[in-house]
Amino acid sequence: MNEANVPQERSGASILVETLVAQGVEFVFGYPGGAVLPIYDALFSEDRIRHILVRHEAGAAHAAEGYARSTGKPGVVLVTSGPGATNAVTGIADAFLDSIPLVVITGQVPSGLIGSDAFQEADTIGITRHCCKHNYLVKDPTELAAIIDEAFQIATTGRPGPVLIDIPKDVQIASAPWHDVPPQRKIRYAPQTTGGVDEIELAVDMIAAARAPVFYTGGGVINAGPLASERLRQLQALTGAPLTSTLMGLGAFPASHPDWLGMLGMHGTYEANWAMNQADLVICVGARFDDRVTGRLDAFSPHSKKIHIDIDRASINKTVQVDLPIIGDCAEVLGQIIDAWGQRKPRDISEWKARVAGWRAKKSLDYPKTSAEIAPQLAIERLYELTKAHDPIISTEVGQHQMWAAQHFHFNDPNRWLTSGGLGTMGYGLPAAIGAQCGHPGRLVIDIAGEASIQMNIQELGTASQFRLPVKVFILNNQWMGMVRQWQELTYESRYSSSYSDALPDFVRLAEAYGWKGIRIEHEADLDAGIQAMLAHDGPVLVDCMVDKVANCFPMIPSGASHVEMILQGDAVAGTMDDAAKALV
Amino acid sequence: MMHIIHAAEERHVLTVTVDNEAGILAKIAGLFTARGYNIDSLTVADISDNHAVSRITIVTHGPPRVIDQIRAQLERLVPVHKVTDLTEGGPHVERELALIKVAGTGDARVEALRLADVFRAKVVDTTTASFIFELTGTPEKIDSFVVLMRELGLVEVGRTGIVGMIRGGTA
Repeated sequence: MNEANVPQERSGASILVETLVAQGVEFVFGYPGGAVLPIYDALFSEDRIRHILVRHEAGAAHAAEGYARSTGKPGVVLVTSGPGATNAVTGIADAFLDSIPLVVITGQVPSGLIGSDAFQEADTIGITRHCCKHNYLVKDPTELAAIIDEAFQIATTGRPGPVLIDIPKDVQIASAPWHDVPPQRKIRYAPQTTGGVDEIELAVDMIAAARAPVFYTGGGVINAGPLASERLRQLQALTGAPLTSTLMGLGAFPASHPDWLGMLGMHGTYEANWAMNQADLVICVGARFDDRVTGRLDAFSPHSKKIHIDIDRASINKTVQVDLPIIGDCAEVLGQIIDAWGQRKPRDISEWKARVAGWRAKKSLDYPKTSAEIAPQLAIERLYELTKAHDPIISTEVGQHQMWAAQHFHFNDPNRWLTSGGLGTMGYGLPAAIGAQCGHPGRLVIDIAGEASIQMNIQELGTASQFRLPVKVFILNNQWMGMVRQWQELTYESRYSSSYSDALPDFVRLAEAYGWKGIRIEHEADLDAGIQAMLAHDGPVLVDCMVDKVANCFPMIPSGASHVEMILQGDAVAGTMDDAAKALV
Repeated sequence: MMHIIHAAEERHVLTVTVDNEAGILAKIAGLFTARGYNIDSLTVADISDNHAVSRITIVTHGPPRVIDQIRAQLERLVPVHKVTDLTEGGPHVERELALIKVAGTGDARVEALRLADVFRAKVVDTTTASFIFELTGTPEKIDSFVVLMRELGLVEVGRTGIVGMIRGGTA
């Protein structure tokens, strides 16, 4: 054992492992390669950290994201140089856009070979420079401990995000003194978390005076921890205002609450979008006025004053001009507002709530039973009913199934909903479910997928098998890239260019090939039994649920439309759009 | 038919104080390119005793909302200490240095030297048929001199881009 204050000499790889342990890291999601052999050697027979071997580095990054979003702790990724790092870029960019705390360690060719087009060399720092919060190229093992310490601080504070550390192989092998006390370093990153007193007072006055207030909440509430969700509920109760959430914020406020409006935005509910449009005060908590929510900017919420609580100054006035920005952590600022509100009584907003009830009466999430096939919305509803008692963690891939899951699966608590919102990465859900399962052994974890998306990281079936992770994959198989097909139907006059899922595998046999249980559901009469069989099996299960091939996801705000020009179920559609609208995302 | 429309733009001079670490210039310049902001000129040098801090001066142009975003995006970068918008900050000094090579003989050579005198440029290189002038001043002053030299045998121009500083006694 080391005497106090007498530093040992340890290799860079060993220092890395020790610092990760000191940070409380339990899992590292990774894949070995030449440039990280020294680190993998340091991990061999290391029992304080569990290494989860994926089958593709994209899987490692998404698994770390799923772990992070479901536990609130940073996800750690370990990949090799060159293709290892470039394969992880999608996951890093995903974490950047959705503000997920990740620390990504990449191997690099030896320092002397950098810039010589060496074997498996890539300019990892250059490539990831603009899709991570910060990155480092470690030149000397003496700086490694401080770098890792700072990396974790940057990843997890302020607006969370990915931080990358590129470590050349010779730096992993070279040695440096190791002190088992935290490294002394200058703190250069200290984001503001407390709102200004004047802003808080003004916010309280504006809320108290509003006749038609609405809460617009987002992923920032989830990132600020369970306390933020608690305080959001408290403030909503004090004010009585109706509340909506973005895709990323689902679960911060209980869906079972009578004032819950449902998700807003492109595929949000009629009442949520109308409430935002007709409100005289929008209280934005931890959301960023994204284009999926606003629709055409000049028609967005034209009569309202807007309060914007956000920890990232760069999100303020980026797309929509707001009246009262409050820079700070959601939990802290909500706490300040609750304290400043004190014993006030809220204004009578029953007239406003009556209008909201009128919009609810439209029942915009109702769907037709049009074919003999299972309605995809029904599959989600039955999945919700039969699993809710288990308090499941749900991940999704990207597309129509993702929107239907957001609409029809109800979340009453945070950290149960894992989805790729900002980047919209197909292939996210299966590895994210794996990461969440690692963080929650014994919990029910389900990836709701489409048959196109699930193929993007299908190789991760092997990861779940290896580590005995009983994740469930529930595929809504409609034989098409549903969301693309829908847009081609509505915007390109049904010219279905390359959106058909041709040459699909037999998913049941594919699952069985990986040692999973496979279940196929083809008829509505078998839906409940199929879900029960999925739950009953002790181990990973893949369900291939055949659903209506041409169902469209409504409501929908088409490109270029205002957020109240929603297409609803049953509306006639022209099938085409003008160029200005087509040019929008 | 759809046409691309450009919004009304303003010129802004930003000074950014940063940690002098490897890749910082690529990070700042790359931020501009990645987000589609304009860089009209950019200059950087380390300004502290221990080479730990650098100052970058960027001239950009864009609509007011974009300028506000540029500032916010720069401020949230980890190595950035401070961002100052000189254009918003009140009276400030802007200076640039240029080296201007002019070749010629006879009257053109004489005129070039006379104009250099008028502009208070220094001669830093000479042959019997050429000069290199060193000129400091506002970008407009340098523009004017270059325009004149084009008629008198201009061969080559190198410019640093501006550095700027708020007037008065505080940083």
